[in-house]
Amino acid sequence: MRPAVIRKTRGEGQTLAMGAGEPFSWAAVGRELGMAPGSAVNMAWLAVDRHAASKLADKPAFRFLAEDGRRSEISYRELARLTDRFGNALKALGVQKGDCVFVFCGRCCELYVAVLGALKIGAVVSPLFPAFGPEPVRNRVAQAAGRLLVTTASAYRRKVAPIRGELPSLRHVVLIDDLGGRPPPETLDWQTMLATASDAPALVSTTADDPALLHFTSGTTGAPKGALHVHGAVLVHFATARWALDLRPDDVFWCTADPGWVTGMSYGILAPLLVGATSVVDAADFDAARWVSILENEGVNVWYTAPTALRMLIKAGPAMFAGGALPALRFIASVGEPLNAEAVWWGLETFGLPIHDTWWQTETGGIMVANAVADDIKPGAMGRPLPGIVAHVVRHRAGEPVEVIDTPDTVGELALETGWPSMFRAYLGQPERYRECFAGNLYLSGDLVRRDADGCFWFVGRGDDVIKSAGHLIGPFEVESVLMEHPAVAEAGVIGKPDPVAGETIKAFVTLKRAVAASEALRADLLAHARRRLGAAIAPKEIAFVECLPHTRSGKIMRRLLKARELGLPEGDNSMLE
Amino acid sequence: MPLDQEQIRTTMLDIIRTLAPETDTGSIVPDLPLRKQIDLDSMDWLNVLEAIRERIGVDVPETDYGKLGTLDNVVAYLASRLAES
Repeated sequence: MRPAVIRKTRGEGQTLAMGAGEPFSWAAVGRELGMAPGSAVNMAWLAVDRHAASKLADKPAFRFLAEDGRRSEISYRELARLTDRFGNALKALGVQKGDCVFVFCGRCCELYVAVLGALKIGAVVSPLFPAFGPEPVRNRVAQAAGRLLVTTASAYRRKVAPIRGELPSLRHVVLIDDLGGRPPPETLDWQTMLATASDAPALVSTTADDPALLHFTSGTTGAPKGALHVHGAVLVHFATARWALDLRPDDVFWCTADPGWVTGMSYGILAPLLVGATSVVDAADFDAARWVSILENEGVNVWYTAPTALRMLIKAGPAMFAGGALPALRFIASVGEPLNAEAVWWGLETFGLPIHDTWWQTETGGIMVANAVADDIKPGAMGRPLPGIVAHVVRHRAGEPVEVIDTPDTVGELALETGWPSMFRAYLGQPERYRECFAGNLYLSGDLVRRDADGCFWFVGRGDDVIKSAGHLIGPFEVESVLMEHPAVAEAGVIGKPDPVAGETIKAFVTLKRAVAASEALRADLLAHARRRLGAAIAPKEIAFVECLPHTRSGKIMRRLLKARELGLPEGDNSMLE
Repeated sequence: MPLDQEQIRTTMLDIIRTLAPETDTGSIVPDLPLRKQIDLDSMDWLNVLEAIRERIGVDVPETDYGKLGTLDNVVAYLASRLAES
């Protein structure tokens, strides 16, 4: 019988106190980063240039592992130089502070240089997940009026060139050559651009409140929402790297998330640089044996990964780890969806280390609730709010005031008191949807939780129909819209179907237009259409033809009912469904 | 009678067409990395392996995933596994 709590021995991990017993304040965190009140704040300067002028200058900032296993490193000094060059090249093209620069490529060195170089000149960086098909790219670049896009020659040819004509704001496309050919005339070549750019400092002065990052996320309805974050968010990235990830300057850190999602940006790029650590970046997709060898060969000290990957490693079996211990590994954390207790125990049994679940969202910009370094762990729990974060459980019904629930173990919506520095500042161009996220001084997360008598939070489910597949948030509306573009489709309803590995996989229910007959050939055609338009990670894995879809009186598709049917639950009582 | 290499190749292409019907299987270069040429996410890849188990009768352990880089590699690996059994 396993105990309900994993106790940490005293002295393990770091204390949550800042400095020499100084009480917590965001200003105190800022002082550690050398920030004075009202001073200029630039994410890239704090993450890179600050170290390039210190004793860390020649330390590797990133260690890149190419798909063929080749390793290459880039020091803080060299990263400062290349990001200055890219920043200067952007300026020469007329990119200005506040303009939106998109990045759309795999995890190669150029991606990191592009993100940090653009941040340095005050451009707003928006990363696109490399598995996106043309439609998600078109939609996001159009919404943000993207001015410049950095991508690879192959991704350009397959996914961007066909839609570029629909994106008049996009003045420049910079190609990283992965095909070995001559770049198309309407594009710029990365290497040429960097080789001819100036080494002069490119920094453009920004403040804590200037926009820095635009992360698109999915809701139940409507187009994806662009959550806008500011340069001041670095305070949260820096502080939480220590409290929730135990990250220290001497560490080798591996965040397995792609920078196309918020985790890969906040913790795959910014947090480890702010701390002054060395980050491992693997260009390849998940592969159990490869991951075990990376943990071992790269001497990873701190590992931040996701439940889907952990479940695949668990599935791979203990033989995978028979090669020996991982003496360097000190701390493991997880994010993306709730981590089940079984995985926490698996970590303890396999590595001698429990896995620390963390909770946050695109909108929060950084980790908010966590099984922190110094805290005991209740396996299966989300943990507790980090310093500077005040979380409540609230009851929240349309048309009624929000009510804070103090009774332990009562299910309600997780709400955070506003004012933490990495809070999103807008949904780009959608002020109404932004306002709907708040009630008074509370941000309403949309996640259902309960808090136990010890103040520990437990995830219960989503309050809406958003799908969590392999840690990625997928909006059913975006998928339904693409399915309905198909000439045979009358209507589509999309749900997350529970899956032991991915958490959920995407299943579509489709009604056909009159006189169109369902067939296997049509199913294949529809699947091909969805995959071509959306990319493999967003497209449905399963398509079912149905006679009709359930609707509300106002005409909305009742996805909850579709899900209840899929799960074989009573249709009348689906109030507790995710 | 176990499947020969040509039958394995045909079955593999059929599995890919079923899971990723947008793929023009005729354009797959057999000695270049397979997952560079077709858009398969990690869930698709697990489904490919499941289909291999069902249709070809080979259970591929995680430790062997590295041997499945190109279409030629997959065919050779599956043929040798079938020959062993």
